[in-house]
Amino acid sequence: MKYLSEYRDPELVHQFAEELHRITTKPWTIMEICGGQTHSLVKNGILEMLPKEITMVHGPGCPVCVTPIGIIDEAILLSEKPDVILCSFGDMLRVPGTKKSLLEAKAEGADVRILYSPLEAVTLAQQNPDKEVVFFAVGFETTAPANALSVVQAAKMNIHNYSILASHVLVPPAMEAILGDPENKIDAFLAAGHVCSIMGMDEYYPVAEKYQTPIVVTGFEPVDLLQGILMAVHQLEKGIYEVENQYVRAVQREGNQIAQETIHEVFDIADRSWRGIGQIPKSGYELNDVYKQFNARIKFSLGETAIDGTNECISGEIMKGLKKPFQCPHFGKKCNPEHPLGAPMVSSEGACAAYYHYQGIESKELTETV
Amino acid sequence: MRLDCPLPKFDFDIITLGHGSGGLLTQRLLQSGVFDVLKNDLLDQQHDGAILELSGKVAISTDSYVISPVFFPGGNIGELAINGTVNDLAMCGAQAKYLTLAFILEEGLPITEFWEILVSIKEAALKAGVQIVTGDTKVVEKGKGDKIFVNTSGIGLVHPKANIHHNRIKPGDKIIISGPMAAHGIAIMSLRKGLEFETTIESDTRNLNHITQQLFDLFGANIHFMRDPTRGGVASVLNEVAGMTQLGYVLDQKQIPVDEQVEGACEMLGLDPLYVANEGIFIAVVNPLIAESFLYQLRKEPEFASAAIIGEVVDDHHGKVLMKSRIGGRRVVNYLTGEQLPRIC
Repeated sequence: MKYLSEYRDPELVHQFAEELHRITTKPWTIMEICGGQTHSLVKNGILEMLPKEITMVHGPGCPVCVTPIGIIDEAILLSEKPDVILCSFGDMLRVPGTKKSLLEAKAEGADVRILYSPLEAVTLAQQNPDKEVVFFAVGFETTAPANALSVVQAAKMNIHNYSILASHVLVPPAMEAILGDPENKIDAFLAAGHVCSIMGMDEYYPVAEKYQTPIVVTGFEPVDLLQGILMAVHQLEKGIYEVENQYVRAVQREGNQIAQETIHEVFDIADRSWRGIGQIPKSGYELNDVYKQFNARIKFSLGETAIDGTNECISGEIMKGLKKPFQCPHFGKKCNPEHPLGAPMVSSEGACAAYYHYQGIESKELTETV
Repeated sequence: MRLDCPLPKFDFDIITLGHGSGGLLTQRLLQSGVFDVLKNDLLDQQHDGAILELSGKVAISTDSYVISPVFFPGGNIGELAINGTVNDLAMCGAQAKYLTLAFILEEGLPITEFWEILVSIKEAALKAGVQIVTGDTKVVEKGKGDKIFVNTSGIGLVHPKANIHHNRIKPGDKIIISGPMAAHGIAIMSLRKGLEFETTIESDTRNLNHITQQLFDLFGANIHFMRDPTRGGVASVLNEVAGMTQLGYVLDQKQIPVDEQVEGACEMLGLDPLYVANEGIFIAVVNPLIAESFLYQLRKEPEFASAAIIGEVVDDHHGKVLMKSRIGGRRVVNYLTGEQLPRIC
């Protein structure tokens, strides 16, 4: 398939892997930010191809995983109102709230719809004037432009029965939170290619400089990932820390300015609570005052979002790269995709799901024996 | 093959509760509809059941079809219901002989749609060489069904040389797939509300009884196991078999045929084709000594030209399915949990 098969070329993958083995002289810990990258690393067996000196740790870039349980409970609460149609991306449905998941609420009769685009939710609102349509707007900078656009469209079309429950998070503040953690072990980052295709690269220069950490904007296919890791190791071995772009076919330094303008038209930067990590200042988006009538929190008077209670899920340690999924005592036992203790086990971008699906519950053993 | 079966003149346009009452309306629907189209000696007796003569080993299977939408690129629920049960029997090594056919119709179903499904059933039955010998029709209130549900049960005669059982699978056996996977699931997905995308992908629904009977003629008991990977796809079938046999299964991703458009749609939707449903392919686990000639015979038929040896059975990682990725890495292929859901980004 054009633009995919080239980046899955076994020959090229092996060339990069060999080069990586040749240049690596010291142990390095590299974090890939995005859960999509984590899945690609595990699914394609790339981790096994790396020199033993290189440890990949899996970052917080799984929007589903970092959504606080309190917001999931709010979404469930809204979905159970008789006049509400709650729309969501598919990933969110299996994530456990305090008592149940959206999928269970749906089975009990709540009107929960899986959509691919928030613009479909606006159409749904138009078609159902006697219902309140709420879009569960979860995601990083990648999904923010489409979610923002849905609000702009609804305002233009004078649609009053549409609102969004926003839980938007931002990558650079999370990277800073990880780097500023006293337990931090990260030597370099692979930044999320698709986030940068929207936001560009400018935000990353100060981070690389302040923490003296190389950042390589990287894609998602095997060739992308190996090349990204190679570029990071090159920098580490030379003792430099720059922002580089591996994903040149999709990312320009300034990003997508139309998308950025749309985001800034409807969203303000706000503090956000990250599941398992805690509050990170200025790490998310919330609807601004001009568009507040589209804010489901205000429309339905939801009040303060509950702070996460104690939970046996160690998602915070997983997403900060302090632990691997198989180091969790519950992995594959008490916590599995049918009975998850936390989101990383059920999200298609969750690190625990990646290990469970592609390496199995004895993943450590498998990694060692293969 | 298209049958020339014009819609008879009914004095109703839609199915109503009366059509399931057993009274006059039921009779009119059956007499000038179902019985006419599906006509054969056994059905024509219009008895409570059918009396059959069979000798030898008999296989039996049943399946219900609740697909939405009922019409999809490459077919409809009618032919699916025939091919599905015919294929389940074929996987037992049997040639389907007789089927039962039961409808649960939702009030309001347009008679034209019912007719089209009925004609497809007839065509599929003719192609498979199977007779529909008894059946049932019920109607439920609007909102209590999804247009039409179909159940078919079938019995067939097991090929004298066939000996299919999971406990006959041995380390060293080759795993063969009869064609590209995931077409059916993606064709359905392309029509689902909110996911509509333009494509020419069609369901792979087809009968597999003729080809499997030919293969049993030639290879008999060297075919150790056969299964059609419908719901849950190839990954689910192999996981089930791995669990039952407690042997290891290794797939080679490079060898697994997937149509390019299907692969593209899977990429776009965030689905893994290994877990997507099929309705017209089978997986065979065969003695390695005959694997190449089995493949050669299979590929002679245009419908199965992209059949491939996709892996083998090993005496290692017992009960698990592993896959060698295209780039040479290895991963576990696990059971699917719940439904495959589209992802955020």
